[in-house]
Amino acid sequence: MFQREFWMEIGESLWRHKLRSALTAFSVFWGMLMLVLLLGSGNGLRRGVEFQFKDDAINSIWIWPGTTSMPWRGLPTGRDMRFRNAEVKHLQRTEPLVDKLTARYHLRGTFAVSRGDQSTTFRVRSVHPDHRFLENTVMLHGRFINPVDLEQTRKVCAIGTEVRDFFFAPPAKGQQDFGPPPIPQPGVWTAADSAAMGRYLTVKGVPYQIVGIFHDQGSRGENQYIYLPISTAQKIEGGTDRVDQIMFTFGNASLAESREVEARLREDFARRLKFDPDDQQAIYISNDLEEFKRFQGLFNGIEAFVWVIGILSLIAGMIGIANIMLITVNERTREIGVRKALGATNGSLVRLILLEAIVLTALSGFMGMALGVGTLWLVDTQVLPPIPEPDSMFMHPGVTPGVVVGALSILIGSGALAGFIPAIKAVRIAPAVAMKSA
Amino acid sequence: MIELRDIRKSYRIGPRKLEVLKGIDLHIGKGEFVAIMGQSGSGKSTLLNVLGILDEYDSGLYELDGVPIRKLSAKQAARYRNAFIGFVFQSFNLLPFKNAMENVALPLYYQGIGRKERNQTAMQYLDKVGLADWSTHLPSELSGGQNQRVAIARALASKPKVILADEPTGALDSTTSKEIMGLFESLNDEGISVLIVTHEDDIAHRCKRLIRLKDGLIEADPALETQAGKHLR
Repeated sequence: MFQREFWMEIGESLWRHKLRSALTAFSVFWGMLMLVLLLGSGNGLRRGVEFQFKDDAINSIWIWPGTTSMPWRGLPTGRDMRFRNAEVKHLQRTEPLVDKLTARYHLRGTFAVSRGDQSTTFRVRSVHPDHRFLENTVMLHGRFINPVDLEQTRKVCAIGTEVRDFFFAPPAKGQQDFGPPPIPQPGVWTAADSAAMGRYLTVKGVPYQIVGIFHDQGSRGENQYIYLPISTAQKIEGGTDRVDQIMFTFGNASLAESREVEARLREDFARRLKFDPDDQQAIYISNDLEEFKRFQGLFNGIEAFVWVIGILSLIAGMIGIANIMLITVNERTREIGVRKALGATNGSLVRLILLEAIVLTALSGFMGMALGVGTLWLVDTQVLPPIPEPDSMFMHPGVTPGVVVGALSILIGSGALAGFIPAIKAVRIAPAVAMKSA
Repeated sequence: MIELRDIRKSYRIGPRKLEVLKGIDLHIGKGEFVAIMGQSGSGKSTLLNVLGILDEYDSGLYELDGVPIRKLSAKQAARYRNAFIGFVFQSFNLLPFKNAMENVALPLYYQGIGRKERNQTAMQYLDKVGLADWSTHLPSELSGGQNQRVAIARALASKPKVILADEPTGALDSTTSKEIMGLFESLNDEGISVLIVTHEDDIAHRCKRLIRLKDGLIEADPALETQAGKHLR
C-alpha cells in the first residue's frame, strides 16, 4: 500500500514540474538517441569496410622455389629448387589446415594469343580449379577450370573481360575515352559475351575453347589473364610435372597457427627437396595472414573509433544529467526542509529524489533508445539497397542490444549518483536552515 | 507538556562562538496559549527550532510530553516531529506544486496513511479553517491569509500535541492577522496547545501567557513571577 503511495508521490512530483521533467527527459532522450545513432552508424561503417576488404584479405600462403644458399649434406649451394605435382599432392594430403589449394605453371617462352588474324600478348596461367578462390575471380558467364578439365586434360580456357573485349568487342572509334567501363554484373549478357562463349583462342599454337568469362575487381591487370587447366599445359609442354608456384588458403587460423604451418612447410620441403631447413633462399614462403591481420587491425581501429564516439557521447550525456540533477536538488532544498518538518525521514527523501531521477531517465532513455534503434532499422531495411552496392562503405547499421542497455544503465546510474551526493547533503541540513533557503 | 531546563545553544561563526540561548528554563502546560516575544537576535527563533526538533541544542534538558528530546537519530526526530508538533511558518512553507488538500494531507502521508483516508482527513481540516471550497487550488492561487489557513490545517492534520507558529502573521496585513489569531484562539478553546513566536505587541497580547526573551534569556514570564518570582528575588 505504502509502496504504491510512494510511486504515486513520484509520479505526481514529476507531473507537476513539467518543465524541469521535460528538460531532463529530453536531454536523456537526446543523449541516448545520439549514442544509438552514432554507434549504429559506426557499426555500419565497420561492416561496410569489412565487406569491401575481406575478399582481398584472404589468409593464404604462397610458396615459390628458390636457389639454395647453404650446403646441405654434401650438396653444393646454388642448386635451383623445383616443385613438382608430387609436392601439391603431398600438401593436399598432409597439411590439415589447407582449405583451397592450387599450383601455377607458366608456359615457357614468349608466345602470342590469337584468333583468326587478330593476335596479341595476353598473360596465361595454368592452374587448379581452386585458383579462383585465391584470386577472388568472379565468373560472369560459364565456369572456371574444373576437376574434369584437369582429369581429361581438356583444351579449355576461362578468360578475363579485357581478353573478351579485345577479341570479340573491338571498341568503336571515338567511344573509347568515356571514363571507366561499368562494373559487369553476373548473368547480364553483352554482345561480346555471346560472341565469345564457346569460341576458340589459340595459345602457343594450340586452340582452347572458351568455357567461362570472369571479372576480377581487385586490379585491372587481372582481367587480362587467360586460365588453362594445369594438367593440359603440362602435357603440352612435353609432359612435364613441374609447377612454378603453390598457394593455399586456410580457414580460421590464428597468426601463431599460420606461423606453425609455415615452419612445418619449410621442414617438409627441406626434407623432400634436400636443402638445409635454415636456408631461407631455397624456397620462399609468403604468408598473407600478416596482411590479413593488418586488415583486421583496420577493422579494430574502426571499432575503437566507434567506441570512442560512443563513450564521448555517453560522457556528454552523463554531464548533462548530472548537471540537471545538481540544480534540481539545490532547487528542492526548501521542499526537503518542509517535508522534514512534516515528518519525512532522510532516507525517504533521498529515495524520493533518486527514484524520481531514475524513473525519468529510464523512461526517456528507453524512448531515445527505441527511436534510435527504430531509425537504424528503417535505414537498414528501407533506405539502403538489400544487396549492398559494390563500392558501398556502409552496410547494416545497427547496435548490440547489450551495449545499448549498458549505456542506458550508465546514464541512469550517473544521474542517480549525481543526485545522490547533493541529496544526502541536502537532507542533512537542519530543516530550519533548509526552509530559509530560497 | 513542554519542559525546558537550562537549555543552551551556540552557533560557531568562523572562529567565534555565538551563544544564542544562554540557559532557558520554561514550562508550558497542556492547553496553554503562549506567545514568545523578543527583539531580533534575542534567540526566539532558535528556541522555537529547538522546541520543534528542527535544530539541536548543546546542553540542558528538554522533555516533550514526558519524552526526553536528546540525541535523537534523524529518523526518531522525524517521527517525533510528525507525531508531536504542528508547524506554522511566516512564509507558510506550502509545497507550491501541491494543491491545498494535498498540502494538508502531506503529514499524513508520512504517517503511512492511505490516500483516500488522507484526503478525507485533509478535507475535514480544510473545512475547519473555512477553505473546503478551495481544496483544489494551488498555493499560488490563494491569498496570504488563505495560505496561512491551509498551513494551519496542515499543522492540525497530524493531531499534534502542540502547534508551534513562527511569526504566523508576519507576512499578513492587520485584518488578516486578526482573523488568523481568531483561528488560533478557537483552536486553543478546543484544548490545543499553541505557542506563537512574534515581535508584534498586539499579536502577543492576544495570547494568554506572554514570555519575553532578551539576549538568550527569559526576561519576563508571568508564570515565573506568580510561582517562583519571590524565590528568585
